[in-house]
Amino acid sequence: MNKMAQAQRFMEAIPHAKALGIRFESIGEGEAEMHMDYDENFIGDPQTRVIHGGAVFALLDSCCGAAVLSHPDQRGLTATIDLRVDYMRPAMPHQTIRAIATCYNVTRSVAFVRAVALDENAEKPVAMASGAFVNGA
Amino acid sequence: MSPKPEPVQVIKKRRDEALASLVASVPYIQFMGVHFDRRGDELTAVMPFQEMMIGNPALPALHGGATAAFLEIAAIIELSWAAVWQDIETAPDRDAANVETAAITLPKTIDFSVDYLRSGLPRDAYARARVNRSGRRYASVFVEAWQDNRSRIFAQATGHFLMPDSPLQDPSGAPK
Repeated sequence: MNKMAQAQRFMEAIPHAKALGIRFESIGEGEAEMHMDYDENFIGDPQTRVIHGGAVFALLDSCCGAAVLSHPDQRGLTATIDLRVDYMRPAMPHQTIRAIATCYNVTRSVAFVRAVALDENAEKPVAMASGAFVNGA
Repeated sequence: MSPKPEPVQVIKKRRDEALASLVASVPYIQFMGVHFDRRGDELTAVMPFQEMMIGNPALPALHGGATAAFLEIAAIIELSWAAVWQDIETAPDRDAANVETAAITLPKTIDFSVDYLRSGLPRDAYARARVNRSGRRYASVFVEAWQDNRSRIFAQATGHFLMPDSPLQDPSGAPK
């Protein structure tokens, strides 16, 4: 089985990612991309119909976790130590959100990650994340 | 002579309805199944466990994203509740002021930073938020969440929020 199919299968085994309709787009060495379609259930602001920050946070957290797991120096499982998300602008309603994460450094115990969330306007990010994950949970 | 105080049931009903309508207006809060307990103006967010919140089926443990969403929901409602409370408690004609919270403009998250202190168990979770700074433009809110033991916090977060009537926010909801 190739890496992509393996990643996709891993993803489907995670109930929360499944509930949010999060899917793998690509996986590399310390890099991952995931997509989440717009869903009215995710609306956080009824006036503007923009999705809740929590849904974007969950997408970014999943994508960061996958980037960590795909890093060659990572052993075993991982868990989030901390994650910070900056919400730079509201995601456009009805557009798919794409998250792209890079695990840029792995030490014996910690993996460092950053990620960006985009909608159809790739020029201006919707949100950016940075965090630390456990190496070998 | 000052007017007779309102019966306690009337006061409670008004406050409970205002809170319920604030919470019901947000689809994502319904999706996550989060509700709020109220004691006076103090709120406790409650997230009953559901299978779909799992992020690590092997342990099993809550998904970090579900925990973060729960904390962010608790922070936003705490912040909005402060404004709703102000409205319903100080309106000269309380019946007319009533509970038109469906029309309330929610604060927008600027940033949210979560500390995962221990793994979230497949059980109900509780959270309380504290508004540490509430300015005209933005607010700073701290939230902590626990499960079986109040003293064993499993996650905490700090977030900054753009206030609804802030001069920094335009009507489209986009920060300037």
